[in-house]
Amino acid sequence: MTQSATPHTGHDLRAEGLSLGYDQTAIIDDLDLNVVPGALTVIVGANASGKSTLLKGLARLLKPTAGQVTLGGRNIAALPGKKVATVVGLLPQQPIAPDGITVADLVGRGRYPHQGWFRQWSSTDDGIVAGAMAATNTAELATRRLEDLSGGQRQRVWIAMVLAQNPEILLLDEPTTFLDVTHQIEVLDLLLERNRERGTTVVMVLHDLNLAARYADHLVVMRSGRIVANGTPAETLTAEIVRYAFDLEARIVPDPVCGAPMVVPIGRFHGRATDTEGSSDSAVAPATAPHGAAPTGR
Amino acid sequence: MIRPLIDRGAGAAVSVREADAAPLARARLQRSRRERRLVVVLIGALVVVAAFSLAVGAYSLSVPDLLRTLTGQGTQSESFIVFSLRLPRLTLAVLVGVAFALSGALFQTVLRNPLASPDIIGVTGGASAAAVFGMLILGFGAVATSFAAFAGAIVIACAIYLLAWRGGVVGYRFVLIGVGVAFMVQGLLGYLLSRADLNDAQGALLWLVGSVGGARWQDVAVVAAVLLALLPVIRVLGARLRALQLGDDLARSLGVGAERTRLVLLVIAVALAATATAAVGPLAFVAFVSAPIARRALATGGLALIPAALVGALITAVADFTAQHLLPGQLELPAGIITGAIGAPYLLWLLATSNTTGKGA
Repeated sequence: MTQSATPHTGHDLRAEGLSLGYDQTAIIDDLDLNVVPGALTVIVGANASGKSTLLKGLARLLKPTAGQVTLGGRNIAALPGKKVATVVGLLPQQPIAPDGITVADLVGRGRYPHQGWFRQWSSTDDGIVAGAMAATNTAELATRRLEDLSGGQRQRVWIAMVLAQNPEILLLDEPTTFLDVTHQIEVLDLLLERNRERGTTVVMVLHDLNLAARYADHLVVMRSGRIVANGTPAETLTAEIVRYAFDLEARIVPDPVCGAPMVVPIGRFHGRATDTEGSSDSAVAPATAPHGAAPTGR
Repeated sequence: MIRPLIDRGAGAAVSVREADAAPLARARLQRSRRERRLVVVLIGALVVVAAFSLAVGAYSLSVPDLLRTLTGQGTQSESFIVFSLRLPRLTLAVLVGVAFALSGALFQTVLRNPLASPDIIGVTGGASAAAVFGMLILGFGAVATSFAAFAGAIVIACAIYLLAWRGGVVGYRFVLIGVGVAFMVQGLLGYLLSRADLNDAQGALLWLVGSVGGARWQDVAVVAAVLLALLPVIRVLGARLRALQLGDDLARSLGVGAERTRLVLLVIAVALAATATAAVGPLAFVAFVSAPIARRALATGGLALIPAALVGALITAVADFTAQHLLPGQLELPAGIITGAIGAPYLLWLLATSNTTGKGA
């Protein structure tokens, strides 16, 4: 992927020795991560590897059991929630909408952190909401009810809502899940556009390794609550790392469209015979290799 | 083989650029106008019901008589009937309707479950049990009974909250535990009534159905004071409530302390239900049906708190009027019978339809 064109404005988001968990179960253990400002970062990993938990921790939704998340060098837990919300926005995997809510109403609720006791709704808010809806191509849907929309439209509306929040750092948990391939590309293009044109830092969890490799400036590969690789897709998406993170044998070939690494999984029944003639960067599956879980779990 | 590189027209998402805010302002205006229209209609209906309630009775007044009396020009007996008997009763019915409706609306919204209403999850049941315990065992008078009812609602609500707490409160767990608690409270009530003297039990039963009959201005003042104190708080918390409607994760990422906001709103909702129950007994289903009716009528996905409050007021006022005049002669039903007759079919309908989608709220 080409490098980010727009310089960022300066809020660094970092995890320092971060541990996260629910009740007694530790999910993330002593994790360090610098979110590269102005870049598009994708987090990948097998199911239950802690991707969503990490994202929630970064967005101040979970209290760390140890370590901290810092925003601009300050502990995010000590900052007022509303202030953080003007800089960091998160779109959860399955957000909830009240029955009968209209698109315009929903997108407008993204403005909450920018409003206060004395600053009620203004024409500036209208402008920003309109901008978010234009960017996501949802402007014509303004008066429609969310439940009447298709899955792809609905996801664009949710993204419009979090864009209306106008965050410098945008976190998204599997924004393409439940979408067909056309709409996946549409959503990812939209996020990449926001990143390139506005310099918005984007961090998202994706399941599709090939889309991750194509869109990411930085790829974070996780396994069991730890980061096993962190860098450009070319550095991180090797056969060894895929094998380690996903328990999956795969061959890595260049993506014919953009040259990013492309992961071609090898299951139990396909690809074994041609292993010997594979190129040097491909994974050579030993006969006894465990064939592990499928990579997507979708 | 290399697949052709398809130019997708830069993606459908990218083409529209200019952000025209006017349609949004128009849509917002439309939503608020719709709500205002509904509010006007509800207030109009309420005025009509109020006029009937004040004019019709054993001693009926004509409309001119009523107007004359209301402006202070009536005869002594007319003034007595309107100002000492009918107006406090009507006012109390309207105020507890508002309190029950707002309580239900807050519970249902905060817990994102249409079943999460104080009368379903045992909060008003707790008030009833405490009140009946006070009446039958401790020999409480009317005022002490009201205090007992208030305390009972608070205690039961705290118990449900603590039992439902697992590092946070989730709607369905709160509702399930609340329904269980409601059954326990029913059992306790049955026990108290069965061992009571028949005459005492009769009085307790009347209280349990809920009635605004015998309302005095003191009762009205208490409910009005609580409403006056809490309504501005609800108004201020409205924006947070709207964020909370989008789920805890999204609410938090918008900067709303989800757990704390929920707690504050539940405390307000419990206080409203407790106050209303203490004043008139557990009027069945007013809290449960008001907000859903208002939201369905409004159909914008908004909170509709003001329409919900008015629907609650209308239901109790109509129920009380019907209860007074449904049966011929001097026989008077408690208003709770009528609200129950409205609410029970709705509950059945809700259970029958919501099961098909498997989701709440």
